[in-house]
Amino acid sequence: MNQIWQSIASDGNTQWVLWSTLLLGIASGILGSFALLKKQSLVGDAVAHASLPGICLAFMVIGEKNFFLLLVGAAATGLLAAYTIQLISGTTRIKKDTSIGLVLSVFFGAGIVLLTKVAQMPSGNQSGLNDFIFGQAASLVGRDVQMMAITAAAVILVVLLLFKELKISTFDADFARGIGLPVKGLNFLFMSLLVLTIVIGIQAVGVILMAALLITPAVSARYWTDSLTKMVIISSFFGGMSGMIGTLISTLGKGLSTGPFIVLSATFFFAVSVLFSPHRGIVSTLLRRKQNDRRLAFKWIMKELYNQPEPLSRNNLFLQSHFSNGQCKAVLKDLLEKGYIQEKERIELTVAGKEKAYQYKLVDEILELKDMYPNDMAFDHLEWLEYGQAEQISREQLVEIDEKITAFHDQFVLPSFTSAYEGGNKS
Amino acid sequence: MSYEMWIIVTGALVGASCGVIGAFLILRKIAMLADAISHTVLLGIVLAFLVSHSMNGAFMLAGAVLVGLFTAFAVQLLNSGGIQEDASIGVVFTSLFALGVILISLYAKDVHLDVEHVLMGEIAFVPWETVSLLSFGELPKAFVMLGSIFLLDLLLITLFYKEFKITSFDPGMAAALGIPVLLIHYVLMVMVSVTSVAAFDSVGAILVVAMLIAPGATAYLLTDRYSAMLLLSGGIGVLDSTAGYFIAKAFDVSISGSMAVAAGIIFTLAWILSPRYGLLSRLFSRHAVHKLQR
Repeated sequence: MNQIWQSIASDGNTQWVLWSTLLLGIASGILGSFALLKKQSLVGDAVAHASLPGICLAFMVIGEKNFFLLLVGAAATGLLAAYTIQLISGTTRIKKDTSIGLVLSVFFGAGIVLLTKVAQMPSGNQSGLNDFIFGQAASLVGRDVQMMAITAAAVILVVLLLFKELKISTFDADFARGIGLPVKGLNFLFMSLLVLTIVIGIQAVGVILMAALLITPAVSARYWTDSLTKMVIISSFFGGMSGMIGTLISTLGKGLSTGPFIVLSATFFFAVSVLFSPHRGIVSTLLRRKQNDRRLAFKWIMKELYNQPEPLSRNNLFLQSHFSNGQCKAVLKDLLEKGYIQEKERIELTVAGKEKAYQYKLVDEILELKDMYPNDMAFDHLEWLEYGQAEQISREQLVEIDEKITAFHDQFVLPSFTSAYEGGNKS
Repeated sequence: MSYEMWIIVTGALVGASCGVIGAFLILRKIAMLADAISHTVLLGIVLAFLVSHSMNGAFMLAGAVLVGLFTAFAVQLLNSGGIQEDASIGVVFTSLFALGVILISLYAKDVHLDVEHVLMGEIAFVPWETVSLLSFGELPKAFVMLGSIFLLDLLLITLFYKEFKITSFDPGMAAALGIPVLLIHYVLMVMVSVTSVAAFDSVGAILVVAMLIAPGATAYLLTDRYSAMLLLSGGIGVLDSTAGYFIAKAFDVSISGSMAVAAGIIFTLAWILSPRYGLLSRLFSRHAVHKLQR
């Protein structure tokens, strides 16, 4: 650990590399969120793979490793790939995922072909183009890193400035067109920003794994929120942290590629999100399910005891319930502690328990009636019943419910009888 | 057989077995899942190597099948948990592939499992690594492996021909008929995994993807018949790989890379020239319609 901090503190280049991977992660987190919502996640994968031939071509033309021109080449073939995908799935019956896979592998194959050609060039051996395949952030130096950081910052800035426009055209392209937004232009802009981010990212993450930096943080962020703004913020946080942590880890060993570590850091955040996010996470879902089961068991036992004319034995209760015995025991213990039941040989409701059970019964009954006759039973001030607050119900409210139910039955059952009776009398 | 012939035959085997399987993948719209699996089998190979400390074919196959099935399963799990399918594919395959690459660079650097090998394969070295097989004499290892995988694929396809067909076109009806749709899906995933791993060694990860997708997509543009598509796809696979070899020879470049390029060129030809679905025939038919309207 000390070693890392020392190298960070003393080495200006390492600091720049960290800053640039942080910014890169943020930029791809933001764009990845949009790509995810546009269902274009894997397009990024194809664009990343397809940038390899562009890099090689640029190198073959200029004959030296000019970072900027290499990126221009990468962007050119990347955009070409993105449009080829659209063209194939637009003009044939081939589905989009097939055309993505096709374009991805063919462009990458072309990249490999050109790479072998580059290796045969006199200057090719030291070209270091291989670094583009798995990413080698540590090999970035001076102006390259600064350019990467500045480009990433520019991408972030553009997206933030056009956030509202991008948001509308992502969610409802027709509406966006209706209010006069240039949807096609925005799409092109988005594609270009995506390609730009991928292109500056491949040096650090590599063409094969770059897609992960676009997809994984966005998917992870989706677990935490339903709002685009929050999703973009969370996603950029995950992306930025992954970029930085991955780079730090890869500097620990000599010659380790950066890309895989960045990807695994992103996967770590993803795993955390899947497990622990408050609404969709596995842990919270399980907890909620357990709580719900417990509540149902509680209610069921109370009502069962209330409905039976005689006190029940433990075994009898266990036999009739569809809950596990352990759960029943836990609920019974809970009930005893609350003083709702007393147990000698058999289990019996106490006075407080009877009152509580009666309350459950009434609430269930009125909710059931409300389900069956939504028009007749729509009283606004009883709406709180549905939001699980039936536990803290006051005596007055209970009386009110009781009256409603009786009134309801009177209104439907009794008048019809009486009128039939009266009608019969008259004739 | 000559050195050159062995390479062509090996490539043709890759093309044929990947092509036939690819036809199913295209029809079932799971091409990207195959892409994911062909990447993640790398992890299976590495794990097999770490466990067995050898590049034994059986271990590699077992590892690849395990990881391949795990990939398909994980994608399905995430997908059923509410993540879009393409995004869950992206998350799963990049993670597993990254793990594989890290394990290689940490533990397996000395073996010939280096990263370049993974990407490009070493089809040029295929004829030199031989095993002796009972009455056949010395045969290249990759040929034996690919040949047996190809036979296995053919066997499975003939056994489950009808099931594959029905589940590809109408999974709902297949389920109603009592065909285990999910099992068939996983059988296909096993086939993709073993074929990938057998092809991996000679042609590398990326070419496997090209060979799995391009011949099927090309055949899909040329025919509407299921059986014809299978045969055509396998044939186009052979054509792609052979053409690729000669391109590589002519320009002195990576063989596996040029096979992918050849597959792309042949697809483009079909895209433009296909009698029914090609760009040209579309253009002409639109023209004809215009004329009729006038």
